This record gives sequence, structure tokens and C-alpha cells, in this order.
Amino acid sequence: MTANTPKTTPITDLLAPAAVILSMLTALYMVFIAVPNDAFQGPVQRIFYVHLAMWLPTFAAFGIVGVTSLLFLWKKDRKWDHIATGSAELGLLFCTLGLATGCIWAKPIWGTWWTWDPRLTLTLILWMIYAAYLLLRNLATDPNQGAVMAAILGVSGVVDLYLVNRAVYWWRGIHPAVVVTKEGDSGLTDPMMRITLMVCLLAFFLLFVWLLRLRIRTAYLEDQVDDLRNRVLVTGV
Amino acid sequence: MAAHWKVGYSPRSNGTADLMWALLWKDLLLELRTKETLASLFLLGTLLLLVLSFAFDPTHPMREQSAPGVLWVAIIFSGTSAINRSLLRERENDCFSALLLAPIDRGTIFLAKTLVNFLLLLVAEAFLIPLFIFFFNLPFAHTLGRLCLVAPPTTLGFAAIGTLFSAISLRTRAREIMLPILMLPLASPLFLAAVETTGVLMEGGSLSQVSHWFKLTLAFDLTFLVVGWLTFEYAVSE
Repeated sequence: MTANTPKTTPITDLLAPAAVILSMLTALYMVFIAVPNDAFQGPVQRIFYVHLAMWLPTFAAFGIVGVTSLLFLWKKDRKWDHIATGSAELGLLFCTLGLATGCIWAKPIWGTWWTWDPRLTLTLILWMIYAAYLLLRNLATDPNQGAVMAAILGVSGVVDLYLVNRAVYWWRGIHPAVVVTKEGDSGLTDPMMRITLMVCLLAFFLLFVWLLRLRIRTAYLEDQVDDLRNRVLVTGV
Repeated sequence: MAAHWKVGYSPRSNGTADLMWALLWKDLLLELRTKETLASLFLLGTLLLLVLSFAFDPTHPMREQSAPGVLWVAIIFSGTSAINRSLLRERENDCFSALLLAPIDRGTIFLAKTLVNFLLLLVAEAFLIPLFIFFFNLPFAHTLGRLCLVAPPTTLGFAAIGTLFSAISLRTRAREIMLPILMLPLASPLFLAAVETTGVLMEGGSLSQVSHWFKLTLAFDLTFLVVGWLTFEYAVSE
């Protein structure tokens, strides 16, 4: 249970938030000022840069949950569990933001908040799997068992992903699609649009990496507090 | 009791198949005597068929389109509570600790429990499906014949994923609610396949039209039998 907090240096402590703030400000400038309006969608299209940038951290986070859950079951090292928990929390956060920004974008463009498009359905199922993952950790009667059980769910989630993907694509393939327009068809023809998208992707990915670092360190500190509490309860010192 | 025990299990051999048979026989014997799971499965399933018939008008000309969904929702929800019971019953009187103390591979316990749940669900479905045909006024032989193809592979996957996650939800504070929350998102491909296959076959579609759904169901069964067999040890370890 006892674990040492990962070593940090003042430089990396300063560098990570500085890089995030700088890239975020650049992204804001690009999205609201530098990039031209989309010819068909107008200013509404600007949310698309933020919306698409959410998916890189989301899928990176869920991938990390799968790999670290497997490593935790295999090696029984708390380190992997801390990374998995942090990744699941952040993955769920970015997934929620991605779904929300997608709905806001879809209403004026598609004329509806939600369609049972395969990608939307798949994302909603993913959201539910990782929401259940976090709920499982909170409702486990013993935190150590909770970590093991969540790891089983983390591994199952990744293993199941291909089957869920096939099922929702076939499901919607049989019925006529409500909306045939795809996000990619909006066409980022202007080079500035592509640059803006790249800057947004980088900004949100850096934000994810920074938040993950902070979350992992918090998990180690929580472990140390638990250890100290247990020691005080046992020895009375 | 000893006489009943000897009927199904001979303690002279202790191969995996014998141990599995012993575990299977124990649960089936318990069910034969109490009939708790089957009775609740059947009653809850019937109740769900009734409630869902209120939601989707069974006299409407479009009833055949909602019928597969109604049937599978009834089976999923009644089955979930029955699967939950199967391991919860072991917790009463600390039987689960005794089961874990026995010199049996935990993967074998998982397979035996999955098989018991599979058999009990199949028996319940054997009662529920005719009732569903009766309520929805469907052609009996045609619907029954088609459902006999869909129900067993779907039920096997359902039993496998349900058994694994009921072992997990057993160790949480809100265990009755946790099983569907954990299991249903992961089992969504299985239930999508079941509803789609049932719908197409009931409308007179051929097997080749739904062969991809059958393959998906079999892939799901295999995936969760293997994942459950490999990880059940972690799920039940103290």
C-alpha cells in the first residue's frame, strides 16, 4: 500500500502548466479570431475544433485504462491502478465534454440534438462503461478489492470494444440513417482551419497529460494519508 | 440428502469435469428443492411482458416490430435478478467461503456457475417464449422454431458475462443495482444481436441474412467465457 510519490522537479512542475496555458490561449485565438467562418455552417462550425479535440484525450485515456488494468492484474503494483483511475476519470470528463459539444453543434447543423448514428451510440456506450467503472470503485466495500474489480472491468471494456463497434454499425446499417451528413464532410478546405484543428488537438492533449500527472500524484498522496491514518489508529502515535 | 448427493456425484474422482459436475449438481439440486430462482424468473418475466405490452400496444398492426424488443427486455431484466441471486445465495451462511476453500480452480467454479445460470435461464425461457407468442398473437410453430435458434447462444453469453459481474457486484454496497449497471453496457452487442436476429427471423428472413449477427453472438460468448475463466479468480479472491 505504501508508495512513494513520483519524483517531480520544479522545472517540469512549471513547464507542464505553462505549455497548457500557452497552447490553450493560442487555440482560443485561432478558434475565435484567426480561422475564417465556414462557408456553409457559419460561426457555429467553430465549436467543431473543440469538439474534435476532445476525442484524442478520450480514446488515449480509455486505451491507457485497458493497458494499465491488465498490468495491475498481472503485477499487482498500485502504480498501475493509480494511472488507470486517473485515466478513467479524465477519459470520462473529455468524453462528456465531447458529447456535449457534439450535441450543441448538431442542433443547428443537423436539426436535432441527438441521432442514433453509430459513432454517437458507440460513444454513449463507452461513456456508460467508464461511468460504471468509476461507480464500482466508489461503491466497493474494500478499496483494494475495488481496484481489482475495476481492473477486470477495464480489461473487459477494451476487449468488448470491437464487438460493440461492429454491433452498432450493423444496427444502424439495417435502418435508414436519419442524417447522412458526416462531420468530415464539412471539409476543412482552408489551411488555417487545419492548423486550428492541430493546435486544438495539441492543447487538449497537453491538458490531459498535465491533469493526469496531477491526478496520479494526488492518488499517491491519498495512499500516504491512508497509511498515516492507519498507523495512528494502530499505534496511537 | 446424502442419497441425493450420491445420485449425481461420486467423490472417487476429482478431475475438472467431475468437479464441475459436482458444483452443477449442487446448484441444480438446490433449485429443484426450492424452485426459488425459476419461480421468480418466470413471474418477473411475465410481469415485464405485461408491463411492456402496456408501453407497446400489442394489438397495433406494428406490434411485430416491437415484439423482439419486448421479449428480450423481459428476459434480460428477469435474468439479471436471477443471476444476481445465484451468487448471493452462496453468501448466505458463508457458503461462498467454503466454495473458495475447496481445492477447485476458480475458473472451474466460474464455468459451473455459468452453466447453472445458462440452464436455469433456458428453462425459464421455455416457459416465457410460449407465453410471449400467446400474448402477441404470433404464429406458434414458426416463432418458436426461430427463437430456438436465437435463444441458446444469446443466453450462454448472458450467463457468462452475468456470472462474472455478479461476483464483482457482490462486493459492492448497492449490489442489486450494480449488476445491470456493470453488465448491460458491455453486453449491448449481445442484446442488439438478439433483437435484430429475432426480428429478421420472425419476419421470415433467412439464416444467411443474420449470419453476421450469429457470428457476433458466438464471438461474444467465447470472449466472455475466456475473460470470465481467466479473471474470476481475481473477482472472488479475498
